[in-house]
Amino acid sequence: MTGATVMPAPSGAQRRASYTGLYAFLVSVVMFFAGFTSAMVVRRGGAKDWKPVPMPDILWVNTSILAVSSVLAEKARRDLRNGDRTRFSVTWSLATLVGCAFVAGQILLWRQLRDAGVYMAANASGAFFYVGTIAHAVHLAGGLGAMLYLCYRAWRLQLGPGRRTAVDVTTIYWHFLGVLWVYLLVLFLVLAR
Amino acid sequence: MRRYIFSTDHKVIGIQYYLLALFSVFLGMALSVIMRFHLTYPEAKVRLFGMLWPDAAAGGIMTPELYLSLMTMHGTIMVFFVLTTAPQSGFGNYFIPLQLGAQDMAFPVLNMLSFWTTFVSLLVLLAAFFVEGGAPLAGWTAYPPLSAAGAIAGPGQGLGQTLWVLSIALFCAGSLMGAINFITTILDYRTKGMSLMRMPLTVWGWFVAALISLFAFAVLIVGGILLLLDREAGTSFFLPEGLRINDRLLPNQGGSPLLFQHLFWFFGHPEVYIVIVPGMGIVSTILSVFSRKPVFGYKAMVWALFSIGLLGFLVWGHHMFTSGISPYSAIGFSVLTLAIGTPSAIKTFNWLGTIWGGQIRLDLPMLWALGFLSLFVTGGITGLYLGQPALDSYFHDTYFVVGHFHLIMGVAAIFAIFAGTYYWYPKVTGRYLNETLGKIHFYITFLGVYGIFIPMHFAGLAGNPRRYADFAQFEFLKDLNLLHKFITHTAFTTTAVQFLFLFSLFWCLKRGRQAPENPWQATTLEWELPSPPPHHNFGPSPPEVHHGPYEYSVPGAARDFRMQTEPEP
Amino acid sequence: MLLPILILLVTIITAAGFITQRWWFPAPINEYASWFDSYFAINLILTGAIFIAAQLAFVWAILRFRNRGNPVRYSHGNNRLEIFWTIATLVLFVGAAFAGSRLWSDVHLSATPANALRVEVQGKQFAWNFRYAGVDGKFGRTKVQLINDAAGNPFGIDEADPAGNDDIMSSELRVPAGRPIELKMRSPDVLHNFFVRELRIKQDLVPGMEIPLRFRADKPGAYEIACSELCGLGHHQMRSVLVVLPPETFETWLKDKAAEK
Repeated sequence: MTGATVMPAPSGAQRRASYTGLYAFLVSVVMFFAGFTSAMVVRRGGAKDWKPVPMPDILWVNTSILAVSSVLAEKARRDLRNGDRTRFSVTWSLATLVGCAFVAGQILLWRQLRDAGVYMAANASGAFFYVGTIAHAVHLAGGLGAMLYLCYRAWRLQLGPGRRTAVDVTTIYWHFLGVLWVYLLVLFLVLAR
Repeated sequence: MRRYIFSTDHKVIGIQYYLLALFSVFLGMALSVIMRFHLTYPEAKVRLFGMLWPDAAAGGIMTPELYLSLMTMHGTIMVFFVLTTAPQSGFGNYFIPLQLGAQDMAFPVLNMLSFWTTFVSLLVLLAAFFVEGGAPLAGWTAYPPLSAAGAIAGPGQGLGQTLWVLSIALFCAGSLMGAINFITTILDYRTKGMSLMRMPLTVWGWFVAALISLFAFAVLIVGGILLLLDREAGTSFFLPEGLRINDRLLPNQGGSPLLFQHLFWFFGHPEVYIVIVPGMGIVSTILSVFSRKPVFGYKAMVWALFSIGLLGFLVWGHHMFTSGISPYSAIGFSVLTLAIGTPSAIKTFNWLGTIWGGQIRLDLPMLWALGFLSLFVTGGITGLYLGQPALDSYFHDTYFVVGHFHLIMGVAAIFAIFAGTYYWYPKVTGRYLNETLGKIHFYITFLGVYGIFIPMHFAGLAGNPRRYADFAQFEFLKDLNLLHKFITHTAFTTTAVQFLFLFSLFWCLKRGRQAPENPWQATTLEWELPSPPPHHNFGPSPPEVHHGPYEYSVPGAARDFRMQTEPEP
Repeated sequence: MLLPILILLVTIITAAGFITQRWWFPAPINEYASWFDSYFAINLILTGAIFIAAQLAFVWAILRFRNRGNPVRYSHGNNRLEIFWTIATLVLFVGAAFAGSRLWSDVHLSATPANALRVEVQGKQFAWNFRYAGVDGKFGRTKVQLINDAAGNPFGIDEADPAGNDDIMSSELRVPAGRPIELKMRSPDVLHNFFVRELRIKQDLVPGMEIPLRFRADKPGAYEIACSELCGLGHHQMRSVLVVLPPETFETWLKDKAAEK
């Protein structure tokens, strides 16, 4: 009665639905950061106390790490589509690892900023920087969780070219997070400098 | 446990949402009854108050802070846990897969999680009643600086307000999960032959409401996070320089209270369309079924729903006409606000067109749907005043607004919920709701809601401000005592009659008159299933649809209704 | 047949309430308020007509088409009608928006006349205070740290600024009749709202902002000021009075207050 009963649905519907669901989720994530952006624009426009946030070098390192992770994930995705399960498992795990490195790098970034005197309460520009990067990291953590789970399933040999929707969808989300990160970078460079 | 509590079956989840809303509405009504009692008899000593709130109602007399916190919780509970829950998550979850010919929602586990997130959200909100300081008193709109300054701003503004923000954040998450599920199911799980333009308007209503939710709730989360940070982390998103509250100087700098209002109402106005749009879909269907006539202007109805959804995102400033926004933007918001009256008017004309020339059967679902029509027009028409900033400069924050939004949300939307309940009860339980009790319920409620909320407009005309804990301080309010007494006693009566409904709802589970599979002779897919439908709805062979959903009284047909699955012609 | 009767009943009672004006705006005290009342009346007639027509249409439909076995007019709609009432309502509603914007511009988009009397309004939990600039015509600098109600300094006027020495405080808003007034709204704590029914205008007081509100009052009298934005547990007690005085009386009062200093 309960549990994993396979539902007979119109063929391909489940695959299509995964994409639809992801895109719907992406819409709401975009709206979240749109609201964030407008709050930042308004707040900066109205205040005389805006202090530029120093951009430590690690910011660029992390960005590169995230980009590498996206490239790896995309390579892995295509390997799986082509049936090369071993290559997929290795590359996907690598992508996940690099993704974890990004998170570690972000933590380092926050530590460096804190040491440089940029606190949440110190200045509005700093506050927005933290809120934006932490919000991004929270969304990324979700993506990372999905990637880790798929690592587990990959090594259990439960994935294949006919069972790859989760990988496809997760990869799209991962790329989205990368694009979102670049957007935030540009936003901060323009407004928080 | 797994089967019912954490069920992933959309029908169980729909019922869970409905019961959550049912509990919430009675709690919300209780709060409003206590509020109205206090407004009319502010000096009364009530033992019960003293027992429930020994600090805030010492000696049985309600303090202003208690009144304001009850008011805050009343609004929050009603708007979120009743009006955003029952029409959308309650009915939508139960009937979308059925009306589309699907086995379940697209993501059943996500669906289950969305309910439990909403459930926890309610628990967190109710916890505010029990913490030190009690529930917050800043209104359901929680404007800073009052809501951001923390405990120094008043009783309930410490932990109580924080819990409130956390609850809302959780509710946003739960709603977003639900919205994703609804959108995916409607786009990808329609059965063979069920094109988009063959979907019942109920599904269109749930679809548009889910789309609105997708775009709106995320922005509320932003507002909530920034508010939480202002409260707990010393930031200054909404708190400007130079604040002195309760003799304490606050260290904040540069924040803008208006920024919160923008973020809040960017969500808040689409929210009211999330509330009403599913109800509109339900009413469209019921009017058609019980007039034995197709919906008049189905395509226009769909376009009107989308127009309302889209325009709804462009009008939030009409909540802020007197807030200090640019007078130019006020004019812009006004034009768009009044423009949104057009799709609503189109729908009203089409509802009239649906029943016109039909064979109107005044069964209970139809009574509620017709009641909705009357109330929707009454509640909507006063929007014409409020949408014009010059007129709103008198009516803002008066009982005129309170009357307006209660009529359109707290009444019309509720009538749609009742209409849906009486309509679908036989499908969910296999029995009818009691006819006699239902008629008493309807007629007294219909008269009662007019009796409660029309007089509020008169109070507003006299300039009676809202959110006042009592009316004793102002000369001009003394003339309104009789009016308020009338409102209060009508409210008592109307609330009392809802218990008849509650009784009937549970009594008829076992003792209601047995209903056939298709008691109203309706055409949509849910009426082809047994009552209640089995776990996987249509089983291994999904239905095939050949018609639109409103083929009633087709000329030359044998019966006056044609099921959607009936083969051509 | 109960429903049509009840719809008729509520329609009649509602209409009666609006027509008899038993609970209504107070008498206007200036030209703007009179225009407001006229404009409202036009809106009332319009919306009243729509309201009554709609409710009557519902009543008629229920009575005429109740189930008596009458044949049903099968129809999926009428595109011409759809277009007609879409355009008609759009023109009507959007037209109203533009029509009403004239009143709005009059208050909020017109320049302050040169002879306007400037008064600062402070809304604080939970009292109103008003400040006049005194003989020098300048408002003294204020600091929130210096706010001291007990010592009679609710605005926190800085003694170091000589411009503030002649500022005049009042707990009531006194104005001369017939002269343009410009209020500057300020708040040092939370949101409040300044509302005088007889003027037909209200304005939020926003911490961190100084928001102007212009009016002119012609009829002498005392009119209650009611806070109209939730500001905490004393919101319902935040009351003051707009006292409109004949110009000479006002001048005398001002002189007396100046002399007290």
